[in-house]
Order: sequence, then C-alpha cells, then structure tokens
Amino acid sequence: MKKLMLGNEAVARGAYEAGVKVATAYPGTPSTEITENIAKYDEVYSEWSPNEKVALEVAIGSSIAGGRAICSMKHVGLNVAADPLFTVSYTGVNAGLVIMVADDPGMHSSQNEQDSRMYAKASKIPMVEPSDSEECKEYVKEAFEISEKFDTPVLFRLSTRISHSQSIVEIGDREDIALREYKKDPDKYVMMPAMARKRHVAVENRMAALAEFSNTTPLNRIEWGNTDVGVITSGIAYQYAREAFGDVSYLKLGMIYPLPDKLIKEFSEKVKVLYVIEELEPFFEDHIKKLGIKVIGKDVLPVMGEYSANLIREKVFGNQSTGKKIEGIGTPVRPPVMCPGCPHRGMFYVLNKLKLTVSGDIGCYTLGALPPTQAMDTCVCMGASIGAAHGMEKSRGKEFGSKTVAILGDSTFVHSGITGLVNVVYNKGNSTVIILDNSITGMTGHQHNPTTGFTIKGEPTRQVDLEKLCHAVGVDRVKVVDPFNLKEFEKTVREEIAADEPSVVISQRPCALLKNVKFEGPHKIINEKCKKCKMCMKIGCPAIVDFGDHIEINDALCVGCGLCSKVCNFDAIEKAGE
Amino acid sequence: MDKCNIMIVGVGGQGTLLASRVIGNVALKQNYDVKVSEVHGMSQRGGSVVTYVKIGDKVYSPIIEKGEADIIIAFEMLEALRWAEYLKEDGKLLVNEQKINPMPVIIGKEKYPENIMEKLRENYKNVISLDALKIAKECKNIKAVNTVLIGLLAKSMNIDKELWIESLKEIVPQKALDVNLKAFEEGYSRG
Ligand SMILES: Cc1ncc(C[n+]2csc(CCOP(=O)(O)OP(=O)(O)O)c2C)c(N)n1
Repeated sequence: MKKLMLGNEAVARGAYEAGVKVATAYPGTPSTEITENIAKYDEVYSEWSPNEKVALEVAIGSSIAGGRAICSMKHVGLNVAADPLFTVSYTGVNAGLVIMVADDPGMHSSQNEQDSRMYAKASKIPMVEPSDSEECKEYVKEAFEISEKFDTPVLFRLSTRISHSQSIVEIGDREDIALREYKKDPDKYVMMPAMARKRHVAVENRMAALAEFSNTTPLNRIEWGNTDVGVITSGIAYQYAREAFGDVSYLKLGMIYPLPDKLIKEFSEKVKVLYVIEELEPFFEDHIKKLGIKVIGKDVLPVMGEYSANLIREKVFGNQSTGKKIEGIGTPVRPPVMCPGCPHRGMFYVLNKLKLTVSGDIGCYTLGALPPTQAMDTCVCMGASIGAAHGMEKSRGKEFGSKTVAILGDSTFVHSGITGLVNVVYNKGNSTVIILDNSITGMTGHQHNPTTGFTIKGEPTRQVDLEKLCHAVGVDRVKVVDPFNLKEFEKTVREEIAADEPSVVISQRPCALLKNVKFEGPHKIINEKCKKCKMCMKIGCPAIVDFGDHIEINDALCVGCGLCSKVCNFDAIEKAGE
Repeated sequence: MDKCNIMIVGVGGQGTLLASRVIGNVALKQNYDVKVSEVHGMSQRGGSVVTYVKIGDKVYSPIIEKGEADIIIAFEMLEALRWAEYLKEDGKLLVNEQKINPMPVIIGKEKYPENIMEKLRENYKNVISLDALKIAKECKNIKAVNTVLIGLLAKSMNIDKELWIESLKEIVPQKALDVNLKAFEEGYSRG
C-alpha cells in the first residue's frame, strides 16, 4: 500500500517494520513526530524520557538486553546525550541501536545550526542520511542491519525539510524479530580503563571495516547522466541539486560516515568538473580534498542557512527563478507570538513592571524576549536559566542578584533545571527561580512530561510534585501562584527576590490550547470608557489592536482569558454579549 | 495536468496543514508523485506559515521557488501580499479576505498595508477572493475557514470533485465532517 508520510512518520514506520522493541525520545523540533508516531504502535514500548541523555541510556539498556531500540532527538539534544554516545561507541550493541538526530539548517526553530555529522566522526559511529520519506523508512531498517552486523550504534541524520516533508512511502509488514540472547559480558559492557583500551581497538577495526562497506553498500549510489559535471551530495541537498543541475551525474551518499573513498575516486575520475553540495559544514568536501581530488563547494556555497534549488542556481550558475514583486508597498513581518490566553503573558507583565533582569530559558516563554514585552535577557540552552542567574549573582553581587530571576518551563526544569537548582542551594546562592508550570511541554506541540501525570500513550502515571522536589533539594521558600492573579503574583515575586535565600515560585496555569481549558468567550472594549492609555497593549496580546483613533479586540482571535480586563484601570473591557 | 505547484500561506493556527494534507491525498489518488513540505514547531504560533505542495510525474525538491507557483492559496491578505512573488506569470492567486494584524502593527510600529486586494488585482492576472471567515460562520463553524478555501481551490484545479470529497472524508474527524462538507461546497461554488 502507498501512503503519503512525513519523513518522521516514515522513520516511525521503519522502526516498527524493523521489529523495534523500545523507542525513547525527548521532544525537539524537527524530531518530535518520530516518537509521537511510534507511540501509535502497540507492539513497541515508547516513552518520553526527561531528557536526551536518559533517553539514550534507556535505549542502550534495551540494546544490551537484546531488544532493538531507537532513540530520537533534535541536533542540540545530541549535545545532552553526547556522554553516553561516545562510550556506547566502545561497548557496541547486542540488538540493534539506532540514534535519530534531526538537524535544523536555517534554524526554523532552534538556537543554533550545528552539523551533527561532526558527532559521527568524533564518536566513531557510522551515520546514514535519507533524502525522502521512502528512504527514511528503508534506511532505518538498513541501519538496524548495519548496527547488528558491525556491532555498532548507528547515527541517523535528518533535517527539517526531510522530517517535515511528506512524500510517498510503500508500507510493509513488521518483521518478527526475537530478543537476542542476553549474556553477561563485562569485557564488552563495563567500560573501565582496562576493558575500554581493548574496546578502542575493536572500534578502530570496526571503522576500517565500515569504510570498506561504505564502498559497496547500495546506500551509496551513482546516478550517471551527462559526465561534464559530477555532483556529490546527500539528504535534502540531493533534491535541491537534482533541480538545479538537471541531467548531470550524481554520487548520492546514503552512508555519510565513514565515506566511500574508492567510490568517490572512481566517480571523480569519470566526470570533468566535480561539485560537492552539502548544507552547513564542508564535511564531505574536506574529506574529498584530503583524497587529493579537486572539488567546488564552499568556495561558492555558504556554510550557513538552508539551501534551495534557487540558491544553488544563483551561486553556481549566477541565475535564479524570479517572480513579480509589487513595488512600493511595505509588508510588515509576522513573527510568532504567545497565543491569546497564554499563561506566560501574566508573568511577563509583572516581570516587566518590576524591571527585573531575566535569566531566560527555552520554551514558548522565550517569545517573551520579543516586543512588546522584551522581558528576557538571556537564552542559551535548556536549563541554563538557573545556572546563569546564579553566575550573575556571584559575579555582580547580591544587590544585582536581588533584581534577577531565572525563568523556565516545567519540561525544561525536569530536563536540566533540577541540577542547577541543587547548585544554587549547595553554593549558597539567593536566586529566585520561577517555574512556568503550564501542565504540558508547549513549544514542541503538547507532549506529556514527568510533571503532567500522563505517559506518551496518555495513560495516567505518578506525577512529579514540584513543590516537594524543590523542598527536598533544600529550597525552603516555595510558593505556588496563578500568573493571571497579577496582584498576588507581583507581591510574591517582590517578596522572593528580597529574600536572603534561594526561592522558587511555581507559576501555575495550564496552556490555553489544552482541551480542558475553557474561557468565558471573547471580550470587547467599551469605547466610551476607554481612555486610550494603552495599558492593555502592554500585555502583547495578538487579539488587541491599536487602530490609532481607537483600540479594538479581534473576536476571531480573543479566547476570553480576561487578562486585559485586569490591567485596565477604567473598567473599559468586559465580556462581549451575543 | 502534468505538474502543479501549490503554496498554502497563512498565519500559524489557521489550519493550513489540513488543506495541504487534503491536496496531497487527492494527488496521491491520481497516482502522481507528490511532496508536501510543512512547518511545525515555533512558527506555528501566530507566525507567518507556508506549506508547499508539489505534484508531478517526479518531484525532487519539496520547496517551490519564486515565480514557480501555479496556485497560491492565502488564508490571510497580508500573507497573500508577502508570498505573491512566488506566483508564475499566469498563476492563480486565491485569497481569503481576512485580516490578522501582526505584532509590529498591533503595537503601532507599522501599518497594515491598505487596499491589498486592489494592488493584487492590478499586478496579477488571476485573482479570486472571498470572505471565508464569514462563510464559515454562516456554516456555524468558525474553524471551517480552511475547508471553504479547500473548496475554492478544488474548483480551480482540474481534478474530479468526488476525489476531494473522498479525501475530506478520510482526513476530517467524523464529528466535524458534515459542517466541513458544507463549507467545502460553499467554497467550491464561489470558484
Ligand atoms: C536539548 C534540547 N532538547 C530539546 C529542545 C527543544 N525544546 C525547546 S523548548 C522545549 C520544551 C519546552 O517546554 P516547557 O519547558 O514545558 O515550556 P513551554 O513551551 O510549555 O512553555 C523543547 C523540548 C531544545 N531546545 N534543546
């Protein structure tokens, strides 16, 4: 049967067909839908782990115990999982282990543009990369074969346009794969120096064997066309190159580490001019140049941003397709905004009012850094808010610290905020940490996490009690407040930043997009009462619009959360009648 | 039809994904190669979103470039203006006359452009517009804006209407189906 599938959905299907037993992940765009889709298969155990490191460790356990495992994350997630990654390279596997990592060239929704191929090389783990959904499914199956044949974990590289494009997939059946026998084998699985030294030898031998395999695997293929030009490429860049270069010859790489030296040499000898088309780092190019082969690559193409057929045409041929643009009319940009009814909005209103330095973090609330709120000073990586706030206090002193807060979401706190909080307590800091508990992982599209009380399959489970947890690590001052109760929220924050000890404020109100959240219906502004003081504009709600002569609430967008009526000093906002 | 490039543009949250999935499904039923490139994550939240649907005998890149779109279907007027450059010279521009102010306009830093529809009609040959929000409200489901627009699109493509209805039935949840079929007909009849 043929089906249109997202790349991520096809990966999930591939894992299912490959007889995977355990699937783990921490969500992250563009990788999230892989595990959301695997969770639909009852034959596979799946979970949202609290972070990528734990996710990979669970998958490693499954593999050692004899069940095929897949672990998925976005590119920056692999930084978090890097510690187990580098050593599972040494232990190798029992049952197959495939690690999905989704890059985000162009940073559609990421904080950096790192190229995961570097990890394959650094950790000595083979890597494959598909160029459409059908390949997503087939390559996952092949990756499990490689993993078991060569006793190695396999990295599987995706990118936004592969993960989030649908193309046609031929559906197959699930292979019935029995658990592999589990044998205690400390020489292989206990990585102490004496054992690891031997395993390092095994790793080098394995990589040499894989380098040979790379020359013969059908994952790497030559598509002969006109031989005046040859193009070496992989993944989504292959699709762009196909459109830009047309009928030339291609060496399309599916196994992108280790690279097939013989195949590359053979190909390069038969074409007159050789191009390397790869997004981000010159990963292929550097290697091919080392083989003494002349190529055109990053000398004309950028190391930044997303490629497209047009970009290649422009940089290589100096021409590109164009359309008709209407001149002399401004088109304002449309950045993403916090949704109408978003609980984070109440908090930002208060932080702004108090003019605090805000050590920020990653989640929907990062949007609070944009106008009109502009209430965030830093955002580096998940969990960094707490450590950074502590560092600010330690370098600039208590006075500065007392005007600083760290803010982070519930999922982010569990992901990597807890250790930061332990550090504040242990090292005698006074930071005030605000945990934005909106009962869900919002930014990545509503995944459950250990604080929500449900598993990936929606089954009820034990919920982390944030209050108790904070108490347990030594924070005595823990308050729970509704961020839409502006007075109470402001009072609490004032008290906690003044306190001479660490404190946590749990800002508790569910995400406005959750199904069980109901509001009373759109509000309106009563023009006669409105003094146009624009207080309501300060909350930055997309439903409230300033028309110059009057302010109006857009009833198609307003959900009726009522926050605006709370900041209005003239009672000019009320629920709209029928 | 041997090749068709369709762009669906709008504001995150307007339901552009449903539209692209229905179109993709229809193309699949016709045995074409299809690629649909979607936007998930960050830009979903009230930001400008674009979905590409490419249909043909063989599709490589899932992305449509400037001047390559046969049809652009805009869920919002400013987005129609933003993406119109992607239209082919004789391409069709289908516009929902809805206005959603972006943040720079909301906070009074910039103005929402005036007379967008006139400007579009002056510059492009085939422009059709309608008020899908009003029609959806008349169908008693404000969320059916996307299905009204799918109807409008269906009329402008040379594909059997029954296939569209079949696809809607496969993709739209059962409980919302009747309203959506009605909304589809309303859009179709205005094409
Ligand atoms: C290491 C890493 N993993 C995953 C992500 C993707 N990501 C960004 S924010 C976020 C979760 C945000 O959830 P939460 O903290 O609950 O805040 P909310 O969005 O609900 O406000 C995730 C998973 C990331 N940026 N970095």
